[in-house]
Amino acid sequence: MSWKMWSLKKSVWVFHVNTGACNNCDIEIVNLLTPKYDVERFGIKLVGSPRHADALLVTGVVTAQAAPRLREVYRQTAKPCVVFAIGACACETGIFNGAYHVVGPVDKIIREVDPNAIIAYVPGCPPKPEAMISGVVKALSVL
Amino acid sequence: MIEALQNVFWILIFPGFLFTVVLGLVACWIVRKVSALVQWRVGPPLFQPFYDIMKLMGKETLIPQDAQRTVFLVAPLVGLAGVLLLSTMLWRITITQTAFVGDIIVAIYLMVLPSLALILGSSASASPHATIGTSREMKLVMGYELPLVLAFIVVIIKTGGQLNLAAIAEHTPALSISGMLAFLAALLCIQAKLGFVPFDIAESETEVASGIIIEYSGVLLAVWKVMQAMMLVALPLFLVMVFLGGFGTTGWPLIWGTGKYVFVLVLLILIKNTNPRLRIDQAMKFFWVYCGIALVVAIILASIGSSYGINWL
Repeated sequence: MSWKMWSLKKSVWVFHVNTGACNNCDIEIVNLLTPKYDVERFGIKLVGSPRHADALLVTGVVTAQAAPRLREVYRQTAKPCVVFAIGACACETGIFNGAYHVVGPVDKIIREVDPNAIIAYVPGCPPKPEAMISGVVKALSVL
Repeated sequence: MIEALQNVFWILIFPGFLFTVVLGLVACWIVRKVSALVQWRVGPPLFQPFYDIMKLMGKETLIPQDAQRTVFLVAPLVGLAGVLLLSTMLWRITITQTAFVGDIIVAIYLMVLPSLALILGSSASASPHATIGTSREMKLVMGYELPLVLAFIVVIIKTGGQLNLAAIAEHTPALSISGMLAFLAALLCIQAKLGFVPFDIAESETEVASGIIIEYSGVLLAVWKVMQAMMLVALPLFLVMVFLGGFGTTGWPLIWGTGKYVFVLVLLILIKNTNPRLRIDQAMKFFWVYCGIALVVAIILASIGSSYGINWL
């Protein structure tokens, strides 16, 4: 394993992208930073700009309005980066499957930009914070 | 030849770049750890800032399409060079006691350089968020420079017109009323210089998404982070030298000096963690009106004290 990947695992800065979520997954993501879970113990930090990010936490079905923005945000992120599809909607469009405004789950949109993107899925409605931490650990251990 | 090599060693390794960076990253860890403890969290491990810098070194460096490339690339290096000179100068004065007359003025100039570099870099990055950040940073610089210089004038009066940092560091101006006022005002100015919370208006993550450094990534972001880490060493060290009687190099003075440095750092962190962010107009008003009035009073007290020989004024 190269030093780049080793240090990436030690310090994952995440950027939160909402592509039409109901705010439930978003609250659970913010919950990770609270004293109870405190993911800063593992060097995980929420940053304000995709340029600084190593991981994109994408929540929500990708709506027609949000899809170009998601592509743009992915292009703006400095590589190497990991995409996390958080919640049932982001993984497989969930209960909105087939609705008129849905253009597809997160992985489809990301793969249009970069077919080799690293995408991890954390299902649940919303996923528990423990599930998200477990997802991050699993994704980082296969890198 | 040997002297030139020695100077290179001074600048690049021992009290200069390498030493200050390591110390600064440890100081970064103290900031994050104490903040975490204040918020009842566990906080990051000791080597976290080192991992962060290492990771940023290995990332892709993106340059925005519309950015002014040269300025965008050079600005972080300008800021780093300024802090490097400042910290080397301060350490050298502490260790060898070789200072030149007027070095406090040179230090004041060098302390502006990082903010100036941030303004240059962010205005070259062609991003609306960075533009807002730039404008706020410029106003903030104008706000805090005046009280900072006034606070140093108080010190110069208290030490009998000394313009030499090694001579100033032999006095402890903070043990008088005017010196204490000046120390508190200078502490708040340093807070603003470091971009810590009540004055992190330019970098406010919630509104302008880390404003001034929004477009920086990879190695260039690492340079900014290293620069901020070095400032975390140089600026409290400068405060300790000017107000609290300086640093020793051996035995008890060294431990006592380290204690003073950590005291200033923890004071900065506690202010950071117990205050909400100010608006830019509130910050300007705070620095110019409240700090300004307090410092004018301090200057009057200090002049009365020095002309009548009353040391505690």
